[in-house]
Amino acid sequence: MNRLSTLVKSSSSDLLVLLGVVAILSILPVALNPFLLSVATGVLIFALAAIGWNVLSGFAGQFSFGHAAFFGLGAYTVAILLTKYSVSPWLGLVVGGLVGAAFGLVVGWVSFRFGLKGAYFALATFAVAEMLRITFNNLDYLGAGIGITIPLVYGDDWVRMQFSNTREIHYWLILGLLAVAVVATIAIKRSRIGSYMFAVREDEDAAAALGINPLKTKLVAMSISGFITAVAGGYFTLFFLFIDPDVVFGAVVSVAILLRPIVGGMGTIWGPVIGAAVLSLLGELTRSLVRDPPAFLSFIEGANGLDQVLFGLILVVMIIRAPDGILGWFRRRRKQAQT
Amino acid sequence: MTTILNVDDVSKSFGGLKAVREVGFDLHEGEILGFIGPNGAGKTTLFNIVAGAIPADSGFVTFDGQRTEAMRPHEIARLGLVRTFQVVKPFSGLTVHENVLVGAFLNRRDPTEANARSREMMRITGLTPYADRAAQGLTLAIRKRLELARALATDPKVLLLDEVLAGLTPTEGAEMIEVVRSIRDGGVSMLIIEHVMAAIMALSDRIAVIHHGEMLAIGKPAEIVKDPRVVEAYLGEEFQIAPD
Repeated sequence: MNRLSTLVKSSSSDLLVLLGVVAILSILPVALNPFLLSVATGVLIFALAAIGWNVLSGFAGQFSFGHAAFFGLGAYTVAILLTKYSVSPWLGLVVGGLVGAAFGLVVGWVSFRFGLKGAYFALATFAVAEMLRITFNNLDYLGAGIGITIPLVYGDDWVRMQFSNTREIHYWLILGLLAVAVVATIAIKRSRIGSYMFAVREDEDAAAALGINPLKTKLVAMSISGFITAVAGGYFTLFFLFIDPDVVFGAVVSVAILLRPIVGGMGTIWGPVIGAAVLSLLGELTRSLVRDPPAFLSFIEGANGLDQVLFGLILVVMIIRAPDGILGWFRRRRKQAQT
Repeated sequence: MTTILNVDDVSKSFGGLKAVREVGFDLHEGEILGFIGPNGAGKTTLFNIVAGAIPADSGFVTFDGQRTEAMRPHEIARLGLVRTFQVVKPFSGLTVHENVLVGAFLNRRDPTEANARSREMMRITGLTPYADRAAQGLTLAIRKRLELARALATDPKVLLLDEVLAGLTPTEGAEMIEVVRSIRDGGVSMLIIEHVMAAIMALSDRIAVIHHGEMLAIGKPAEIVKDPRVVEAYLGEEFQIAPD
């Protein structure tokens, strides 16, 4: 209790921002049509996955190029427990998170024990995610390449987490999970383990000289990260009701997860959320521009893939202008304004 | 006088180069033991062995009653033997306060207590005005002090200071000497490597001279400067202790 009150006091500004963001986001469904609400729910799912990535790569500095591994494991855990054993997704999400954490420990121990760093660690995580994708593609028990479809139920079913007439409930539930994850990262940032993660990220030798066990610190980061991203993957199953190995383990998923904190601001509390919102908005904008361009651009109408090209170009410009993310850019601007 | 650190018959070779040969010494509680010797004599290698950063080929290190020569650096640091680096290693992406906080967390889990410890260490080392500055853009003098503050925040029993005065102006150096003295008065024993002769003579209770990896002499500063072997190997004929 004492520690809780310390946390509240020392992080009051972060928590106030969280309250404001949640308040605004929770009334959003009133203003959005069903399609946009769906988009918004997807944004929140990937923001949650990105928060997980941010703990390992932003806080502890171990760049993962394969977070689809955790995302997919969470998604499959929820799907298999529900379809084969009728286990409620409420429990499935927790189990999925634990599977992600345990897998993170194993992969982390194998890689960090043998000193994998930087690009080599990133490649190892990429390889692990690909291994899982190929394995799941070939295991009949797991639906192989066909994947798993969650059977629809009639009416509202809180045990199976399916809701007939509205997607708003899903939106609010994932928003709640996101809020919990943000509070968790605020707590990590203020605590000893967070301080140790930053130290290991900046200089492992100096960290060890101050009594920090770098291996242990990285393993803790890996398991927390795996847990959060796996829960996001589990929710992906619940929301889209269909998964296959390429959809949840694909390299595209890993890239989607890591782009969000990089665009928003790596190692910050709000970077993953801001990045998720901005990238989704950008994606929708370029898509609608190509689908329905203004008169003077009518020649691009319906040009397949052009929206992706535009998206990529804008992304390149953003990374050049703000290599430390949107939050980093704002921080620099504010500092310049002060001096 | 109680011995807090005992180094016994330690040797280390890099390929054909014998960097440290059968070196042994005691560090007493509350003592400052200074290491001098020409560049490449093996002082930093000896420090690295004591701190666990590189393993010795042979010999023993006993710290506070425990054998440490096979321990990892973080394990030794946890026992209370903490080093600074000759080439400073600040956590560049963090502020000065956050840097010192990392050290402060070693012996206290509560963020409020760790914060207080960090503020206190910054005050002692004169870093308070820089608390919220990023460690990246600091001058060398400030980064050296940061290195010291961070190590000190861990509540060490023994500090290993590797050239904390190197590269500082005389004024900055004098301030640093005051800081080191006040730390010693707080009960921390120290091994220090230094090339600034006046400083190390004034600070150290005893001086050890390392030459070609061997312990050439060890004793009180006044004895060391008169030792003919030391004069020949390192100090030169005309050396005299600078007035205090």
